[in-house]
Amino acid sequence: MAAVTGQQNVDLREPKGWRRTSNRIVTVLMVLAFVLVIIPLGFVLVTVVAKGISIISVTFLTSQIPPNVAPADVGGIWPAILGTLEIVGLATLMAVPLGILGAIYLNEYGGRGPLGVLIGFMSDVMTGVPSIIMGLFIFSIWVLHFGYSGFAGALALGCLMLPIVIRSTYEMLRLVPNSLREGSYALGATKARVTMTVVLPAAIGGIVSGALLAVARAAGETAPLIFTILGGLTAANPNVFSGANTALPLLIFVNASSPYVGAEARGWGAALTLIVICFVLMIVARLVTARFARYSH
Amino acid sequence: MEQSEQEAVTNRQVPESATRQDVPLPEPAALQARGAAAQQEEPASGEHVFDVKNTSVYYGSFRAVTDVSLTIYENEITAFIGPSGCGKTTVLRSLNRMNDLVVGARVEGDVRYRGAPLYGKDVSPIAVRRRIGMVFQKPNPFPKSIYDNIAYGPRINGQHNKKKLDEIVERSLRQAALWDEVKDRLNKSGLGLSGGQAQRLCIARTLAVEPDVVLMDEPCSALDPIATGAIEDLMQEIKSKYTIVIVTHNMQQATRVSDRTAFYSVLVNPTSDTRTGVLVEYAPTAQLFEDPQDDRTKAYVTGRMG
Repeated sequence: MAAVTGQQNVDLREPKGWRRTSNRIVTVLMVLAFVLVIIPLGFVLVTVVAKGISIISVTFLTSQIPPNVAPADVGGIWPAILGTLEIVGLATLMAVPLGILGAIYLNEYGGRGPLGVLIGFMSDVMTGVPSIIMGLFIFSIWVLHFGYSGFAGALALGCLMLPIVIRSTYEMLRLVPNSLREGSYALGATKARVTMTVVLPAAIGGIVSGALLAVARAAGETAPLIFTILGGLTAANPNVFSGANTALPLLIFVNASSPYVGAEARGWGAALTLIVICFVLMIVARLVTARFARYSH
Repeated sequence: MEQSEQEAVTNRQVPESATRQDVPLPEPAALQARGAAAQQEEPASGEHVFDVKNTSVYYGSFRAVTDVSLTIYENEITAFIGPSGCGKTTVLRSLNRMNDLVVGARVEGDVRYRGAPLYGKDVSPIAVRRRIGMVFQKPNPFPKSIYDNIAYGPRINGQHNKKKLDEIVERSLRQAALWDEVKDRLNKSGLGLSGGQAQRLCIARTLAVEPDVVLMDEPCSALDPIATGAIEDLMQEIKSKYTIVIVTHNMQQATRVSDRTAFYSVLVNPTSDTRTGVLVEYAPTAQLFEDPQDDRTKAYVTGRMG
């Protein structure tokens, strides 16, 4: 029973055999999957930058849209940039607060009742509705009565964004631990207080991310805009509530199918601009979120 | 059938008069070693803070605790002990209507707080919790700065004066013995504190609204002995201003800190295979641990059960 003295040759290396082999195979497969995912992403980015960068200039960003036959160094895409900013901004204003409030209702208030279940189910169904159907829907209930306008486009995009915002916000609210809510209730807070001062701040990072995904999705939508804002403008239409408008995805769609070299170049430039706009939005939102969430770790 | 059996049990163990007339017991020599807390004079039966009579708590159709009757006195520390699932946390949470937040929870019986029915028609759970604070098993600081954690309660109660808030924050943190450790980083996140510090932060947060009663649900179960000691000391210090009810799994803790102890147990009905929590015995702490009247209490406090 004496204590073991002296040195023993303990083998602490990874044991050989199937376990080690399978571990390596799966590791390689995962790296491969990652590379496969990165390839198309990088390819898209490189292509758009390569083809679009040469045309980008202050004039290009601020000039009116020329006829398609115009060479690449004439005109620009300002009306489409303005239209995209206006329409997506308006859609965000409509869909994000509504979606967040809806998700708060679902998770904090009536989610388990029949109304909550119905709303949750309908919102999930809405996620699966093709965007062109959403465009047709707004076309029939709005455009046929009030004509084409940026606002109609915003309505269509808002309808697309709404279920995404609801779903992502709902999931984020569910992640907020109940112990935080109880801590707040135990101090005599009302439900509204608990939601505003504890639940929302704790979930704000995820909520912003979700809203951003919805914004990015809406910014890239083409189909619903065809029915609602018409496109084909040459001059900017700053009035988002009346008259046809245009947007970057629409411009890209039209120019990409055009036979003219100048139009094609402007299409690539518009594509790059759209990516940069989304990118800048992401960064701004991240900064804002980081400021909100500076106490969460 | 089940009910009458349980009623018989609780009635036998806790005669209604028993809680009121706890005269100080002569301290046997064996008790001398039990630590400073227990050596203080036995509870002198002050004002009633809670009067619980024949109260049962249900979660849906499940009756978690059955027919609890006890009285909690002002400026005392009352400990709830008992095996897991005996309903001590359930009773604690029904004292500040925390169970309202659990879907399907229901309290039957008479729970009075300073004479007022806690489950009366016009009673606002918000107003109740403003007076009866709670510290939870797991430290739950808000993802805000240390300062904002403490100022949270005063703020939701309408205090926005910066100077007053500063005072409240310092006073609460001092009361919770945390001030010296955090005074230089009040605007850092409350989540960056260690477990013991975070729990003291939560206690300070509760004290900041100056409640009448502090309910503590196993406040030390996640803490090391040093942090536990700090919180026990703190409880002794604030006892003169607050009434404290603490749920604990640690019997030594109950003997160290509490004036009275309630022992809960699980009652299994063999015919229907249902179980429910019952209050077995409620007495001054010294008496409950040294001279338990019920066999189940005896078995539990001597470590032969649970």
